[in-house]
Amino acid sequence: MTSTPALFRRLGRYYAVYAAGFVCLVIFLAVAEQLGLSPRWIGQIFLFSTIAIYAAIGVMSRTSDVSEYYVAGRRVPALFNGMATAADWMSAASFIGLAGTLYYSGFVGLAFVTGWTGGYVLVALLLAPFLRKFGQFTIPDFLGARYEGHFARVVGVFAGVLASFVYVVAQIYGVGLITSRFIGIEFEIGVFVGLAGILVCSFLGGMRAVTWTQVAQYLILIIAYLVPVAILSYKVTGVPVPQAVYGEVLQDLGVKELELFSEPRENEVRLQYRYRAEEYARKIADLPESLVAERVGQVERVTELRTQGAPAREIAAAERTLRDLPRTSDEARIKWERARQDSLSRSVNPPPHAEAHPGADRAARDSARNNFIALTFVLMVGTAALPHILMRYYTTPSVREARRSVFWSLFFIFLLYVTAPAYAVFAKWEVYSNLIGTDIGSLPGWVASWGKVGLVKIEDINGDGILQLAELTINSDAILLIIPEIAGLPYVVSGLVAAGGLAAALSTADGLLLTISHALSHDLYYKMVNPEASTQRRLVITKSQLLVVAVVAAWVASLRPDSILFMVGLAFSIAASAFFPALVLGIFWKRANKWGAVAGMLAGLGVTLYYIVRTHPFFGGSMADAWFDINPISCGVFGVPLGFIVIAVISLLTPPPPLEVQALVDFVRMPDEGRKALETENRL
Amino acid sequence: MSDIRARQRAYWRATLRLTSILLLAWAAASFLPGWFAEDLNAYSFHGWPLGFYMAAQGALIIFLLIVWIYDQWMTRLERRYGLHDED
Repeated sequence: MTSTPALFRRLGRYYAVYAAGFVCLVIFLAVAEQLGLSPRWIGQIFLFSTIAIYAAIGVMSRTSDVSEYYVAGRRVPALFNGMATAADWMSAASFIGLAGTLYYSGFVGLAFVTGWTGGYVLVALLLAPFLRKFGQFTIPDFLGARYEGHFARVVGVFAGVLASFVYVVAQIYGVGLITSRFIGIEFEIGVFVGLAGILVCSFLGGMRAVTWTQVAQYLILIIAYLVPVAILSYKVTGVPVPQAVYGEVLQDLGVKELELFSEPRENEVRLQYRYRAEEYARKIADLPESLVAERVGQVERVTELRTQGAPAREIAAAERTLRDLPRTSDEARIKWERARQDSLSRSVNPPPHAEAHPGADRAARDSARNNFIALTFVLMVGTAALPHILMRYYTTPSVREARRSVFWSLFFIFLLYVTAPAYAVFAKWEVYSNLIGTDIGSLPGWVASWGKVGLVKIEDINGDGILQLAELTINSDAILLIIPEIAGLPYVVSGLVAAGGLAAALSTADGLLLTISHALSHDLYYKMVNPEASTQRRLVITKSQLLVVAVVAAWVASLRPDSILFMVGLAFSIAASAFFPALVLGIFWKRANKWGAVAGMLAGLGVTLYYIVRTHPFFGGSMADAWFDINPISCGVFGVPLGFIVIAVISLLTPPPPLEVQALVDFVRMPDEGRKALETENRL
Repeated sequence: MSDIRARQRAYWRATLRLTSILLLAWAAASFLPGWFAEDLNAYSFHGWPLGFYMAAQGALIIFLLIVWIYDQWMTRLERRYGLHDED
């Protein structure tokens, strides 16, 4: 085994060369674009060359050693484990979605920024060093050893697989979106291209290969995230450090917002949307007659256009409207209700970007505040309980390195999260000051090109030929991808951002797939079904599980489930309420026993799932049944405390854990067995 | 033998003390600015309303500091109680 400092230097050299190579590729493509290389080619070169790099790293790191396959041989230096964890952590949702969320929700979206970083404090203080000392392969391993036996392990496997599977489907979905948009292939094919990209990394080399590709992916995704907004910041303020200067732009934006919100034409547009919402409400109330009237009216219009000899395009459009009319009353009710909600949301001004806890009255503001705090809490605790993150701290050489590695993880994650709010503010500033109030006929080219894929919509509702704020819709996931074009940057920057998004989605998907396949093959098969299995057989099982899970996840993603994105939010609550109390008490409270842990995990998970079903419209629930007005996404706020209480109460009612378990807790609490400590002991 | 036991117990007590102090700091940085955001927004910090700044940047910097202090302090504790691996 290479000694750590030498390995560290060698890795540093490799990745420096690699990063320089990537920058050269970007510059080369930028020059080629000036010489006339088409955008389609730029997108393809970016995506295929990065996937080829990941594949090369994956193949080079192939291994058939169990320790290498599960925990990368436990010699990943803190800095590199930090980068790998950061890539593992930052998913397509962080990379692509966060800037858009912040663009639309302003202050409210900051719960994600604080929540997704603050969780690492809990990882550092309560979990990572102790799990590293424990030093097995998976999180259910710890539950099984600490809480004696298979029951706790099975609950851990179930909750871990549930949270991770939902999450991995969302990543593959993200990969499909990016590949289909930037290399122009079908979404379903894009999903399987992405799947191939994921498998080449993880299949042959397990954790070892995933670690080294994740470091490579982190470098690409952070370059891709920082470059466009730095250029944009330089354009607007003259300083290319957006994180430091966006405060002033935010101030200017506040002034601009007030100006826009009091503009007469803007208010006229909002009033028209209010009328439209009222019309939809009337139509919904008059079902089914209103649907019949609608159909008759549209048929008449088509005939009228035909007899007048109107242009074919207009006739086709009218026919399409007729065809798209809802078929049944139920369908109409859903469709019109959605349209009514949409019009209604446009009929009021959005809250000012920096306003804390916006709401119409005191009660609404209080509810917004409680939800903000609850969401922050759930995201933090969920972060500290997601198995694919915790698993990474098994891979460092020592307890001290694990501790330091949490610092580096947080640092590398910090770089992206501290930039995301700046992204939102700069994008909003550009849109509000350069786009709103311009002539609709002379809008920049990107409006049309993104309009074609349905991600940007413009409706001149008051017919004045000028774009008002309420008339513009930009899909929240598209904000980040559009920013380079809003800023008028060359296409190579857009390609770079797409490569970054792909890196973010692939790295997270790799980590999650490993977690799932390890849970199934190591915890379920090796530990419970067949403990006599040979090393070789275990690896064969792991690899085949990985393949099966990956294909199933890709298949689910290719069905384009609408519900998947909201489920990702729920993954945090599920992981938080199932794992966090049992893990933390397992380390910090010797008295916690298996009865308490199993009951606590089941109670926490149960109340969380119950609350989701009770309040989320997807399961037929309603917010009218909510407790303290807490949104379903934050349901873990009930599950986590309940988990702690149940573990405490049941543990105290049942006998304490046996001595060997208490010895295990003592073992986990102590740092590395230092040579010095051993020597002292020998002298005595 | 009893000497190392005593040192380990003292080390764990010191760890618990440090952990609780840092957890308090974490909770304060995480939830107080969010709870009082409306009041904090009345003040301005380099152009940011203070409540917005704390949630977008201030709390994150505090989190980094907490994790850094924890690492440094734990290394010192290990050394003080003779549980440190000299390399």
